[in-house]
Amino acid sequence: MSQLNLTVNGTAHTLNVPESRTLAEVLRYDLGFTGTKIGCEEAECGICTVHVDGVPVDSCIYPAFKADGKKISTIEGLATHDAEGEEHLHPLQQEFINHCAVQCGFCTPGLIMTSAALLNENSNPSEQDIKIALKDTYCRCTGYTSVMQAIKSAGGILRGDGPLPVNEPAVDEPTANISRSLKVPDIVDRVTGRAKFSDDYTFPDMLFARTLRSAYPHAVVLHIDTSRAQALPGVRAVLTAEDIPGENIHGLVHLDWPVMVGVGQKARYMGDAIAIVAADSQDIADAALGLIDVEYEVLGVVDNPIFAHSPEAPILHEGREDGNLLKHIKVRHGDIEQGFAEADVIIERTYHTPTTEHAFLEPECAIGVPAGFNAEHSKLTVYVGSQIPYQDRNQIARAMNLPDEAVRVRGVLIGGGFGGKEDIAGQIHVSLLAQATQQPVKMLYTRQESLLFHPKRHATVIRIKTGAKKDGTLTAVEAELYGDGGAYASLSDKVMTRATTHATGPYNVPNAKIDCFAMYTNNPPSGAFRGFGVTQSAFAVEQNMDLVAEALGMDPVQLRLINAQKVGVTTATGQLLRESVGLIDTIDKVTVDMRGGLNGSFRWGWQEGDKAYGWGIASAYKNTGLGGGAPDKSEAEVEAFEDGTVAVRTSSADMGQGLVAVLAQCAAEELGVPYERIRVLLSDTDLTPDGGPTTASRQTYMSGNAVRHAAANLREALTSVVSEEYDKPPAQLRFEEGLVRVNGTSIQFGEAVHLAKEQGIATRIRHEYWGPKTQPLGTGGDMHFAFSYATQAALVSVDLNTGAVHVEKVISATDIGRAINPLLLQGQIEGGIVMAMGNCLTESYIIENGVPWSTLLARYKMPSIKHTPEIISHLVEDRSADGPYGAKGVGEIPSINTSPAIANAIYHAVGVRVFSIPVDQDALLRAMRTGSTEVHTAWHDVR
Amino acid sequence: MPLWHHYHIPTTVEEALAHLARYDGKARIIAGGTDLLIDLQHTEKGAHTLDALVDVTRIQAMTEISASEGWIYVGAAVTHTAVVDSALIELQATCLVESCGVVGGPQVRNVGTLGGNVAHALPAGDGTTSLIALDAEAHVAWADGRREWLPIGCLFKGPGESAIDSTRDVLVGFRFRPCAQREATAFKRIMRPQGVALPILGCAVWLKLDDRSDHCADVRICIGPVGSIPARASEAENALRGQVMDDETIQAVADIACQTLHPRTSKYRATADYRVYMIETLLKQALPLAARRAQTGIAQAEGVGLG
Ligand SMILES: Cc1cc2nc3c(=O)[nH]c(=O)nc-3n(C[C@H](O)[C@H](O)[C@H](O)COP(=O)(O)OP(=O)(O)OC[C@H]3O[C@@H](n4cnc5c(N)ncnc54)[C@H](O)[C@@H]3O)c2cc1C
Ligand code: FES
Ligand code: FES
Repeated sequence: MSQLNLTVNGTAHTLNVPESRTLAEVLRYDLGFTGTKIGCEEAECGICTVHVDGVPVDSCIYPAFKADGKKISTIEGLATHDAEGEEHLHPLQQEFINHCAVQCGFCTPGLIMTSAALLNENSNPSEQDIKIALKDTYCRCTGYTSVMQAIKSAGGILRGDGPLPVNEPAVDEPTANISRSLKVPDIVDRVTGRAKFSDDYTFPDMLFARTLRSAYPHAVVLHIDTSRAQALPGVRAVLTAEDIPGENIHGLVHLDWPVMVGVGQKARYMGDAIAIVAADSQDIADAALGLIDVEYEVLGVVDNPIFAHSPEAPILHEGREDGNLLKHIKVRHGDIEQGFAEADVIIERTYHTPTTEHAFLEPECAIGVPAGFNAEHSKLTVYVGSQIPYQDRNQIARAMNLPDEAVRVRGVLIGGGFGGKEDIAGQIHVSLLAQATQQPVKMLYTRQESLLFHPKRHATVIRIKTGAKKDGTLTAVEAELYGDGGAYASLSDKVMTRATTHATGPYNVPNAKIDCFAMYTNNPPSGAFRGFGVTQSAFAVEQNMDLVAEALGMDPVQLRLINAQKVGVTTATGQLLRESVGLIDTIDKVTVDMRGGLNGSFRWGWQEGDKAYGWGIASAYKNTGLGGGAPDKSEAEVEAFEDGTVAVRTSSADMGQGLVAVLAQCAAEELGVPYERIRVLLSDTDLTPDGGPTTASRQTYMSGNAVRHAAANLREALTSVVSEEYDKPPAQLRFEEGLVRVNGTSIQFGEAVHLAKEQGIATRIRHEYWGPKTQPLGTGGDMHFAFSYATQAALVSVDLNTGAVHVEKVISATDIGRAINPLLLQGQIEGGIVMAMGNCLTESYIIENGVPWSTLLARYKMPSIKHTPEIISHLVEDRSADGPYGAKGVGEIPSINTSPAIANAIYHAVGVRVFSIPVDQDALLRAMRTGSTEVHTAWHDVR
Repeated sequence: MPLWHHYHIPTTVEEALAHLARYDGKARIIAGGTDLLIDLQHTEKGAHTLDALVDVTRIQAMTEISASEGWIYVGAAVTHTAVVDSALIELQATCLVESCGVVGGPQVRNVGTLGGNVAHALPAGDGTTSLIALDAEAHVAWADGRREWLPIGCLFKGPGESAIDSTRDVLVGFRFRPCAQREATAFKRIMRPQGVALPILGCAVWLKLDDRSDHCADVRICIGPVGSIPARASEAENALRGQVMDDETIQAVADIACQTLHPRTSKYRATADYRVYMIETLLKQALPLAARRAQTGIAQAEGVGLG
């Protein structure tokens, strides 16, 4: 300990802290400025940015004592307060809100502080200036377009020129609350640093936990000795599988994943937990891990799905009839032989897509508080940012040997999820440690642990054969997919099913035979990731489409238009599309823009100086909801109060997509209550009913409907009360602007609630919404209740001297049924596109013989602001009958066709087709120089 | 585990040396910490606790940029940002601004130092590549009390291995000759969007034209990584000296560089074949740029912040 002097946001502090602290740690843990976030501790993500003497630095790698005597500014100091104590946001904070440049908000303090340093020097920055200043400050949600607008707009205010107009997408039929870009409630907290994510919570006597993970990708644990760790002062508990009171297993679809690998059991990947420790400090917990002795018997490694399927491969899960075959998924439609016999052109190619990582900026964190800890915690309580709170509760209860009701899961803000926060991370482990120590326990994963541990996007090998007639009509698709499911099932079964059923693309394909083999391997498990398998199959399908078009001498747009799904088409799973198929509109909108009125002179590719340019197009579709016969329901509760406010409660996750706003809009619309008077509480298993998993782009549709119906039922109850009281026919009552209006007179909404209460009429209504019934794959009928559609065109440039690929522009059109909140929706689209650019150009989670190479964020580059292209996004609102106000899902559809659009564009630019991603500029240039037209290797193949 | 126990902030080189001596190999110099903290936290090499860090960024002699007696002096603890902001360096050693300008992002450049870049001893540290082309000398304060100016090349022993033992010695600063009339420099590098933030290949050139202004009087070229330590491309240099600076010559020089330099394939970074292509690409960018600067006397750094 030694004395440290810092001035933080104008206030001097003298602290006695260990000299080994980083500035981020002192700010967050010693001074409580939790607005500064930690995303990597590698100087990679920039979200920990603070100013030291006015200069932006990464506080995560800045030793606190380096700052001795200096002035620090953090996000908490940016807004000013007037004499009355009223807060005045900095123009950046204001404009980040106005331009919707905040989604999950975890990166926001870093983005704003980095931008503030820029604007301090230059209040009129060009796009290039902004890209330079923010180059190493990541946001995984927004795609940066809105961020750039917000910064420019704030600059305008600072210069006195005023803000920029908000780039609102055009929508049909806005009502009082629907199809309006209303602001997310509490969004101010995300720009001021007040918003609390899991690691921002602390409890008295809280302990810090760490996990010892397997030293090998495949090994039997022979012996575990924790005695040295137990003896370390400050260690409060060291637990192994033996200490689990209930079942040592978890899993979302199949129960195959041990909470900890016990003696005699097998570790199946490097992320498997062997032991957990709780200690007085993080440092002690870290040290204790090094004192746990484990003996292993090392087994052979299954490092890829094709080997996994071979007879020589070691078996991961003994006793399974199918060995390493996790699931064989089949689509059979029409007569495949006949289909190819009718074809004039047949194209068959093999594509590879890599394992990819969500890289949500908030690493996983869970806090367990033991039952009976205090009045607020009579039950075992787990605080976590999770996509599926009720299933967490169930999985915790199973391992703890408790009834579900004895466990409470309280969802907190989630710093991005994208599918990566569906499985159990530390939820069960903190429960075990909290019960064992009778103290609150926090388990915060480091970025490196997060990279190692959580389920990823499936790597795939996809062979696809497409047949078409001379006139362009598709006759058949045959495909074989191998998916790397990794060590545990997670959601592999469902994800790979989606990859399979969508492998015809959004087209009318009369004959199809598609087989998918999801395999167990010793790689990190694969699970849900935005796009849910369709991202992978679209990469293959949409390039094959362009190959077919080329072979036929047909325009790629034309080929898509000829075959596009429309009402009346039957999909390869036997589903007759009856409504809401906006694909052709999306193709038309994108094509008009892409051709830019140059119908005659439009070119797909050309050269200018040292660069080759090319356009590429791709279409996609994606189901909304679980589908496949899975019962899909969401339950929500709406309660009205006499003060005129309304509470909405459901356990659904807002990971930044803005669900809170959407649900509040639905309630406001039904009850005619001003949006600001709606409070939404999400994800508390004691207080909110089950909204089901936040996955499959389902929450706007499912929980939106649940809230809409609950609110409508409440309105009806109030209607009957008021109509009786005032003796007016119910049909004459109107709920609007916080009033109940009857022929010229009106009463306050709160007054109506008061009347109802007096009469003992319920003002709290629950509704369990069941999505339209779906059918399992293979049984025909409706496998899904809705599909969203999208078309994107990408303009890329390829540097003829280096092979470097840059995306210049993306034009997208997305059919989402209805845009309930257009600006939030646009944020999903822009963010989805940029994430998908990463999938195509920068991202690959590399594993060498079961051992991850991508152990650092520095080794896993996601798109930064410098990659952001110009994005033009159009909405197509082809209403879906059962969706709330006609809406369908949007979460995933924008991230599906960007990769093939880019690949098709590269081909048009330089005549080389890329079959494996992320695109390797090295291989691309070598192909260009040697006259080869195909590249079958990707970045990770460079060795 | 705490990664270090004590943090010292000396204000003179002597004081820094004394701290290091006192800990006898268990303390280490920290400048910006942008390499060091990541090594300590995340690599096995770094995974041992140090007794102390000795911060050299408040030693005045190490944070200065100055010009005197025909040298430009840059302290080892000068940040990349300070190099980029120096009008003096931009004019008279443009390549150094261009190389410091592409290191990391602003947050890293605001704390990362030129000395740290050199002491880390990567064969393609961006600052290093330019310092070699500038024929810079390094001022070292050795643990045994010796102080000497050494050609910068002498500091490199192998990849990541420096002649300076940062637990005992202090790299104090660098000096090099400013560009005179008809002299100029340029730096270019090739990156890939994936993987680690190290260049596939970087290239710095220093060029002197003769009185005719279109012939090369002298040249120094550093391209890396080629070997395990940064080095000059002497065959290519020889092919250029005395020649007229036209496209034909530059092509010939590039051809010779491609034939005589033997870059390797390195995992997840680049194939040898690609690197050979990039030698040509870089020389065709850097040499004409340097020639233009030498001819016009106008030297505006390119690509700063676009790394
Ligand atoms: C996100 C990111 C991106 C980066 N991008 C690039 C890049 O594009 N190009 C590039 O070249 N580098 C890059 N780096 C690496 C790094 O930032 C630079 O090498 C930087 O110049 C190191 O300087 P530093 O002051 O931070 O060194 P430190 O981390 O403080 O020190 C590095 C090593 O040198 C020793 N040392 C430092 N100063 C002295 C001295 N005066 N005397 C003796 N020993 C000393 C230390 O003990 C340590 O071993 C990047 C780093 C990060 C985190
Ligand atoms: S850069 Fe500091 S936490 Fe990522
Ligand atoms: S809003 Fe930027 S990471 Fe979520």
